[in-house]
Amino acid sequence: MSTAQPVATRRSVTGMSTGKLAVMWVIGSEIVIFGGILASYIMFRLQHDSWSHEAAHTNTVAGAVNTFVLLTSSLFIVLGHNAAENKDTKKAFKYIWLTILGALTFLVIKAFEWSGEISHGFTIKKSLFWSFYYTAAGVHAAHVIVGAIIMGIISLDVRKNKNLHRVELIGLYWHFVDIVWIFLFPLLYIAK
Amino acid sequence: MTIDHAHDTHHHEEGFFKKYFWSTDHKMIAKQYLFTGMFMGLMGGFFAYALRMQQAFPGKTVPLYGVVTPTLYNALATNHGTIMIFWFAMPVLIAAFGNYLIPLMIGVDDMVFPRINRLSYQVFLLSAIVLIASFFVPGGAFGGAWTAYPPLSANANYNLTPWGASLWLVAVALEFVAFLLGGINFITTFMNSRAPGMKMFDIPMVLWTIIIASILFMASVGPLIAGAIMLLFDQTMSIGFFDPAKGGDPVLWQHLFWFFGHPEVYVVLLPAMGIVAEVITVFARKKLFGYKTVFYTMVGTGALSFVVWAHHQFIAGIDPRMANLFTITTVLISIPIAEMCFVYIATLYKASIEFSTAMLFALAFLAEFFIGGVTGIFLGASGSDIYFHDTYFVVAHFHYTFVPIAIIGVMAGLYFWYPKMFGRMMDEKLGKIHFWGTVISFNCIFIPLFYTGAAGDQRRIYNYQNFPHTNTEFLSDLRTFATISMVSMLLFQIPFLYNFFVSMKKGKVAGKNPWKSNTLEWVADSPPPHGNFKELPEVYRPPYEYSVPGRAQDYWPQNEKA
Amino acid sequence: MSTEAHGHSHAKHYVKIWAILLVLFLISITGPMIGIRVITLITAFGIAVVKALMVASEFMHLKFEKKFVTYMLLTMLFLMFLFFFAVAPDVMKTSGQNWVKIPMQEQPAATKGH
Repeated sequence: MSTAQPVATRRSVTGMSTGKLAVMWVIGSEIVIFGGILASYIMFRLQHDSWSHEAAHTNTVAGAVNTFVLLTSSLFIVLGHNAAENKDTKKAFKYIWLTILGALTFLVIKAFEWSGEISHGFTIKKSLFWSFYYTAAGVHAAHVIVGAIIMGIISLDVRKNKNLHRVELIGLYWHFVDIVWIFLFPLLYIAK
Repeated sequence: MTIDHAHDTHHHEEGFFKKYFWSTDHKMIAKQYLFTGMFMGLMGGFFAYALRMQQAFPGKTVPLYGVVTPTLYNALATNHGTIMIFWFAMPVLIAAFGNYLIPLMIGVDDMVFPRINRLSYQVFLLSAIVLIASFFVPGGAFGGAWTAYPPLSANANYNLTPWGASLWLVAVALEFVAFLLGGINFITTFMNSRAPGMKMFDIPMVLWTIIIASILFMASVGPLIAGAIMLLFDQTMSIGFFDPAKGGDPVLWQHLFWFFGHPEVYVVLLPAMGIVAEVITVFARKKLFGYKTVFYTMVGTGALSFVVWAHHQFIAGIDPRMANLFTITTVLISIPIAEMCFVYIATLYKASIEFSTAMLFALAFLAEFFIGGVTGIFLGASGSDIYFHDTYFVVAHFHYTFVPIAIIGVMAGLYFWYPKMFGRMMDEKLGKIHFWGTVISFNCIFIPLFYTGAAGDQRRIYNYQNFPHTNTEFLSDLRTFATISMVSMLLFQIPFLYNFFVSMKKGKVAGKNPWKSNTLEWVADSPPPHGNFKELPEVYRPPYEYSVPGRAQDYWPQNEKA
Repeated sequence: MSTEAHGHSHAKHYVKIWAILLVLFLISITGPMIGIRVITLITAFGIAVVKALMVASEFMHLKFEKKFVTYMLLTMLFLMFLFFFAVAPDVMKTSGQNWVKIPMQEQPAATKGH
């Protein structure tokens, strides 16, 4: 609870800030988590050609709009980082909230998409394709939610002109979430 | 860098709760991990006692426990394995020693993220509570083995523990989260916060081992986390990722599990190897023979450990061509491990060895682990594994690797760093009673089990009297002998526990550097205050400069100028 | 980031990258509409790789970061492929000497239905 940072946090033997180094390792460990799900999915997908019939029922438009939303939110957070680097806290605050808005839009679209699919009988139990569809996208959506919450917390600090470097850290995480979706979109929606 | 004013602010007295449960100090968190791990270890030991008593005296009432029913037997065996690996070996070897040693040995005041460190322990504690809670839910604790193979683990109609199975899975997942948080902290601290002057090969070996273990853990656990989510969905919504009737594949789980499960062996082995390196060099008063050799073989072991996992699945119906490949890699990985053992033995050559308790444990580690490694070759070769698979031979084999790691290695480390942790020495006489009692009883448990396994005792059998080929008098005598030895091994932990807790108050005051060791943690006071060092040290030389010719002292601390 | 001096020029650069990403994205969704499998695979997944590389190198600044970060992330990716190629022979196998994996039940009613 002490406000003073330990000396450890301020040292930088590798030449990278501790925060950035840690976020990179977080991303590294996330790669294998998503890797496990996606590798399993691809194995089954290659085995079952029939899954393309199932994939035909996914809402490609919703997926495409969501890709656009996430790409754009990635731009916003990197612009926020740019503003934070120039000590422009107002602008950084604005861009963080634009990113959060992107995350919320993504989740709202997802909610409509899923409720539509579920109401048509494509539930998680319908077939293994849908199980993977909901699991993979669900784990990704959980990351979107966590990212949005952390961005909200960071934005409060940014307004007080504190911990500006954290904008870059959450940005790195957010780009990773974006990259995961870049792969999920063709895997789940387009490949038919 | 060395001038700091960070720990001026810390000198106010903290309340009891804040000091022991809400501390961000790496040393306190290490002790929290240590004591939680020891508690869980005793619990795991007690489970082993109950299930071994059932094997030796089937159906009889077990003293201090009661009758072991078949369901209970499965739950005890499952949770004995789970606890010993995830709640005893990992927290003590990696989290406790890692938290304690990393900041001290690299000469810095704390971990880079103290609050994430605290969160890591809290998540770990929560996971332990969830696991213990699983014994008190309807249906009882999960009994589908610590590997949790589906369909047994995925379907409550088969395992009969609808709540226990899911709670077990949640507990394991939470434990992974705790260690991912801790591991990121370790790696970042290690990479970024070393003392000025501490170059890559000036780092004590135990830190390398803990860091490489953390990296292995982080890189291998992902698929199992993914698998745990899938299995949890299988259990709760009966989806069928691992159910062939619904298009899934149970072998997929085995791959997801062992992709993590085998590197996990090296995750706990490497820190034990590192502890042994520290202890051996100090009590042999000699430089570690081939620091870089150990380092590179360790990296090699880490890399190889990712390509051996399917040797656990030779009889699971995997592709025989893959089985060939995995046999080769499995036999290959014994080379770097043997090399490390030989380097340690070479360190002892022409040394002036002091047989302290810590040193005895370190030497016993080498001897006992060697037996574990050699018996592994029979199991790594896919041909002989078909016969040995799932027998007590396997059980004896992996206990000959895990007991040296998690008990003997940990004890070497505890006896060695106890003076630093608590400021007082442990009693050597009691220590030696503990050592000989533990090591002799340990061998008496598992050497008979190699025999019973080779004679056909399958694992996870409730009552061997039910099978004609295992119901012989000789085998039954061996099982009884192993059980008595097991009880004796448990009883020999009493002198240790007495020694451990009484020495905290009554032991001889240790002073800063009782073993005349070189590494940076001995520069700090014992026990180190908040902030560790009065003045953060700088490093001028490698860690193992013992008996350097032409020096008055036979040791040369890393922080001493010239 | 390594160059802090001229901050505002970055903003333009980022928008430019974003525009390129959008163009790639449009290609990746129009490609599959042609309906030829090879083109689908190339446009959907080839472009996904390009997009991911662009986000990683430009937005995440891996271009300017220490090399070991890139190597670490690539190692993690490599492990993912290792896992896939070692497990696929088992999971994708449908029959052996004494066993056949019952093929997944197609549920014709549902696939035709909507």
